[in-house]
Amino acid sequence: MPESILVLTHTDESGLLTKCSLETVSAGKELAERLAAPLTIGIIAAEPTSAAQALRGCKARVLSVCGEVFAQARYATDVAGCEALYKATDATLILAPQSSRIARVAAGFANRIAGSIDTHINSIRSTDSVEVSRWFYRQRIEASMTRSARPWILLIEGGVYPAFTPGEGEVLPEKILVELPEIHTTVIGTRAPAQDAQTIRPDARMLFVAGAGWTKKQPDGEVHTSQAGDLILTFLDRTGASLGSSKSLVDQGGDGQPVLPFLTHMNQVGQTGSTPRHPRGLATCCHGEEPHVVGWRFISERRAISLDPNCGWTRGKADVVYVADAFKVMAQLNELLGSKA
Amino acid sequence: MPLHIVVCAGIVPDPLQTLEPITGPNGPALKNEMMLPAVLDPWAASALYEGANLAGKNQGSRLWLVSLGPKAKLQQVLMTIAQKVSFELFAVDSPSGGFADAHATAAALSEAIAAIPGLDNSRLLLFGGWESASRGAGVTLQIIGERLGITDQFMGVDQIDFREDGSFEVLERVEGGRHQVSVCSGAPAVLGWATGNLPEPRNNPQIGMANMRTVMPALQKAKLAALSNGSLQYLSASLPAQQRQTRVVKDMPPEAIAQELAEWIGGE
Repeated sequence: MPESILVLTHTDESGLLTKCSLETVSAGKELAERLAAPLTIGIIAAEPTSAAQALRGCKARVLSVCGEVFAQARYATDVAGCEALYKATDATLILAPQSSRIARVAAGFANRIAGSIDTHINSIRSTDSVEVSRWFYRQRIEASMTRSARPWILLIEGGVYPAFTPGEGEVLPEKILVELPEIHTTVIGTRAPAQDAQTIRPDARMLFVAGAGWTKKQPDGEVHTSQAGDLILTFLDRTGASLGSSKSLVDQGGDGQPVLPFLTHMNQVGQTGSTPRHPRGLATCCHGEEPHVVGWRFISERRAISLDPNCGWTRGKADVVYVADAFKVMAQLNELLGSKA
Repeated sequence: MPLHIVVCAGIVPDPLQTLEPITGPNGPALKNEMMLPAVLDPWAASALYEGANLAGKNQGSRLWLVSLGPKAKLQQVLMTIAQKVSFELFAVDSPSGGFADAHATAAALSEAIAAIPGLDNSRLLLFGGWESASRGAGVTLQIIGERLGITDQFMGVDQIDFREDGSFEVLERVEGGRHQVSVCSGAPAVLGWATGNLPEPRNNPQIGMANMRTVMPALQKAKLAALSNGSLQYLSASLPAQQRQTRVVKDMPPEAIAQELAEWIGGE
């Protein structure tokens, strides 16, 4: 059965195509070339013309659903937009970024078009059939699979493909009419968690993982939560690292134990948290499986500081483990980083 | 305003268990899956606690827990969960697990929800985890919502605040550690929860006793559902093979460790 490919993209607050969208364009372009399949790119945006210029030289048909209702992410309108783009193409394979906006609507969209969907895709291969890979059980088992049914929607994880680089020329997207449903939801905007500074930085080169040991009794028999907080924030400030945390550390707030005030569940990595992608990761005071196995599955270079020389979870997972007191090491490290700044 | 809250929650192996994939007659499965201790799916558990909290604040509200899984495993998990919050159970007896197709799971669950006696769709809030700890696809809840005709859906929810007119403000996780804030005019709606803000309730034996009066009959009445993987075909399932050669550094003074780390951080 000949395939035809639709890549769904969307804009961010600035009106430009998101990085994740451009990565999915690369994935779609590569797949279209391998399958010799026609490629269409669909844009969901309030105003698609300027966003479409990021697709110059893509050699694809470009469609858009546009208008003020698409300025913000909302289930009812976005799912209608996706459906309209699909109906204009009748694609057999639909690729879309694994962004919060698309992830909110993609399964509902699949149901509407009687299609199948697989999410968090980290590779696509095509030989006799299209085969994809994804993780199961929170990044602990990797499986590859295929489906014969079409249409098949695939949400592509960020960071898997390079972002598409535009070439020459001008792109004029064809506007597709959308039958809008009754709207019951109004998007007010976005809100950052109540904390002094944003500590979640998806584009940072480094992930700093704080474990529960930071708020436990230290060798002098006392807890030093305030000092721990200062050390961590200073490190983040001097390196621009993103902050991840183990579940046990975040949960302490609910249990009435000493807490680091800038931590929220949004910082949590691991089984019930995120699995961020950064080139480097430094875990401190973590003892347990989740930060080491699940939380930094996609961290390339990994180091850890732990007082426990027998911490089996780091063995085989980290590149280097320093058996040391993280309070002392981080104080020295901050001093060194400060003197270099 | 009285709400009808339906929480979809599956069961998953205890996160601290070692998982090993095997090839079964219907595709991949977990080795000794029936022997592994199970827990309520963590994000779905957040949904259950948030649902119970919301039902408690809105007099006359009802809370159903709809769960699909092997009856024996469900019973084991419910012995604990039933002690935490009050709910009415609707169970579907079926093999479950990360490798089951989300489309078939959603179809079985939506049929079970549609058959709940006394459920008023105009008051319905469909809760669940935004992703499971097994398949982790974030697909099932949305499809159930679509099959039930609900077109206001929110995923990665951490907070919901009801207003007197029945509308509610909802916070959903978006990129960059932020929340998208929306106001929905009211039920019906689908809310896929992230962690929310509530701690896990302590076990209360009295709640457990009250719940078990309905849980056991509900488990006995659980309908058997066979899940088909349709056109989905697994080609392989394996543990990541890569093991790192970890260098364990002992007896190095903090100054030297800091120096080594500073060079590593500063290096390209």
